[in-house]
Amino acid sequence: MSTDSHSAHGHEHHFAHHFRSAEHEYLTSKEGIWLFMVTEILMFGGLFVGYSIFHNIYPEMFAEGAKSLDWKMGFTNTLVLIFSSLTMALGIYFLQKNQAKKAAMSLAITILCGAIFMVIKYFEYTHKFHLGLFPGRFLDVAKVGAQHANLGMYFGFYYCMTGLHGIHVLLGMGLISWVLFRTVRGDFNSNYYTAVEGVGIFWHIVDLIWIFLFPLLYLVG
Amino acid sequence: MANAAAHGSDKNYLNETSGIWSWLTTLDHKRIGIMYFVTVMFFFLLGGIMALLIRLELMTPGPTIMTADTYNQVMTYHGAIMVFMVIIPGIPAILGNFFLPIHIGAKDVAFPKLNLLSWYCLMAGALLAFSTLFTHKIDTGWTFYTPYSIKTGTSVVTMVIAAFIMGMSSILTGLNFIATVHKLRAPGMTMYRIPLFVWALYSTAILQVLATPVLGITLLLLTMERTFGVGIFDPALGGDPVLFQHFFWFYSHPAVYIMILPAMGIVSEVIATFSRKTIFGYTAIAYSSLGIAGVSFFVWGHHMFVSGQSATAGILFSFITMLVGVPTAIKMFNWIATMYKGSVQMQSPMLFALGFLFLFAIGGVTGIMLAVLPIDVHFHDTYFVVAHFHYVMVGGTLMAIMGGFYYWFPKMFGKMYNEVTARLSFVFIFIGFNVTFFPQFVLGAMGMPRRYFDYIPAYHSLNAISTVGSWLIATGFLIGLYTIINGLTKGEKAPMNPWGGKTLEWTTASPPPHFNFDVEPVITAGPYEYR
Ligand code: HEM
Ligand SMILES: [Cu+2]
Repeated sequence: MSTDSHSAHGHEHHFAHHFRSAEHEYLTSKEGIWLFMVTEILMFGGLFVGYSIFHNIYPEMFAEGAKSLDWKMGFTNTLVLIFSSLTMALGIYFLQKNQAKKAAMSLAITILCGAIFMVIKYFEYTHKFHLGLFPGRFLDVAKVGAQHANLGMYFGFYYCMTGLHGIHVLLGMGLISWVLFRTVRGDFNSNYYTAVEGVGIFWHIVDLIWIFLFPLLYLVG
Repeated sequence: MANAAAHGSDKNYLNETSGIWSWLTTLDHKRIGIMYFVTVMFFFLLGGIMALLIRLELMTPGPTIMTADTYNQVMTYHGAIMVFMVIIPGIPAILGNFFLPIHIGAKDVAFPKLNLLSWYCLMAGALLAFSTLFTHKIDTGWTFYTPYSIKTGTSVVTMVIAAFIMGMSSILTGLNFIATVHKLRAPGMTMYRIPLFVWALYSTAILQVLATPVLGITLLLLTMERTFGVGIFDPALGGDPVLFQHFFWFYSHPAVYIMILPAMGIVSEVIATFSRKTIFGYTAIAYSSLGIAGVSFFVWGHHMFVSGQSATAGILFSFITMLVGVPTAIKMFNWIATMYKGSVQMQSPMLFALGFLFLFAIGGVTGIMLAVLPIDVHFHDTYFVVAHFHYVMVGGTLMAIMGGFYYWFPKMFGKMYNEVTARLSFVFIFIGFNVTFFPQFVLGAMGMPRRYFDYIPAYHSLNAISTVGSWLIATGFLIGLYTIINGLTKGEKAPMNPWGGKTLEWTTASPPPHFNFDVEPVITAGPYEYR
């Protein structure tokens, strides 16, 4: 987080004035990032709780909704994200080995994966819109020939959960671009890569949330 | 230590650099604390003026100074401003920011930039919230209950997003405090040597981090409900409006402890210092803060006894709610035991702390009453509830904020305030407070509902008394404001330790230097070693 060096101590030790050492700052930053991840998980947790409540009340409606999703697209996206988690981790690994070029390469691939994910999402969304599968009150039950009067709610959940997740993917891509830029500029090395690791943790959590979303929305029922 | 820059003894955090820009970009936790101080006081003034208007309207039956619609709006803004912009950020963001690092012997909070960002979040949220005053003023009450909040044609979305952003601010402050307490304690400062104010802030920070995200998603869902009609809260689409209440109170009940725990922290400091005695039961007070924080997550259902939740749930929530009384009572007894046989000094911070004990006791006991399911069925949404939560929030938290301001004023600004006017402000606030809110218990028991702008003539005299009381409180706060301004401009130079306190802040200059201490402190004993 706070990465400005307070002193002219040379390039190895990057730490702000209120820490004892670079290591101290690194551990503190990491704790901060994990705490922030807790809040992210809890926020999605609210959605999952809502999902499970209504899934209990209307199991057939969720089954019907899941059927109109294309699990192949969802599955592809799952693979894409898992792969991107790997490249993200590689990026950090290469920085630890002082191989900035390879690290930059890995980060770039991670961003590309994020982009592929979003493009697939885009096709999924537009296809749904085309079929008239809108959220909540915008879904015309008669027009789409839905079995369940509340099918709109399923799509309410679908768009809320994947939408919020998608926003996180975009945010992650932005953050990775920022550390990629700094990697290319030569800000990081085996002594200092806190920001990359923080962004990496964020990216892994976003992936993890998708790994829960995919079966719940596409497969259950 | 990289910081070899020598500080002349006349250099402190206030005059280290100058100009408005140096404040708006500062990373110094003390300056950020002062920025919160100024802005939150401004919000308090606005919310206070609205309170006076509400009370004026309620002085006589029938329309007095406003229409029913206007009343609903003023009441909504009063509640929302007081909760989201005054009481929740109040103590942690102002006094916590200023003193938490000093209390543990740190140079700053763990993430200074995040700290500044959190102030900007509060400002952005507040601006957004106030912008609704110029569009469609919202009238849902600060709780935004569905289904009304979905149907009403007012700026609910803007307001809710504003609350979301202010929630971000609260999360960032909490996260920063947790990391600071874990990682930045001075050598020798074990967890059992940190002052109780820090324990209180630490427990609060846990609540801020764990509860606020749930409010975040609740508010986002409400936004989506309004814009896309997702149907989760809308019965017409198979949704459940009461689910909103579950979500909302899962945050907002812990949030009432975000409001009160830091106040208890201040009271612990003030009572220890002004009794000249080691605090009685340090660990018990520390753990009871954590205990309160923990239990607070399982009691939200007491806000919903009449919302049609099952009887079993009602009984369970009723029982668990009463459990909160245990750690609270532990604190109360420890404070009293600390004062027992101490050389108690009645300076104004101590007066406010005693005022806290008295008023919070009433607020707490009526809270236990409301936790009793059959009693709440009677008192739900009556003025009894209004009196109860004002006793807790105003009688508790606000008293503690005032006491804390006076207690730390010499340290923060290096000036003494006028003790006579400070005590006068206490007298007016304390008496005015009881005159305002005690009659509301009676009104509630007589059946006067809350959130109405009109009432039957039988309730008139008590309402009139209550309104007069609100003017006394206002006078008290104006005297307090005068005391602060007078102290800032004309106050005598404060010594390092005017009250004989034992915690770390009293060992550094008043006002403290930029990095808090000229030499990093090494801690060898607990925080309240009197005798
Ligand atoms: C200082 C003098 C104050 C007075 C005279 C006052 C008066 C009132 C009145 C008359 C209401 C309307 C009650 C109803 O009909 O339900 C109200 C509501 C409320 N007040 Fe205050 N108040 C004061 C201070 C505060 C403070 C400091 C807080 C801080 C937490 C606060 C929080 C609230 C809340 C949360 C509501 C509920 C609003 C709603 O239901 O939407 N008040 N107040
Ligand atoms: Cu509650």
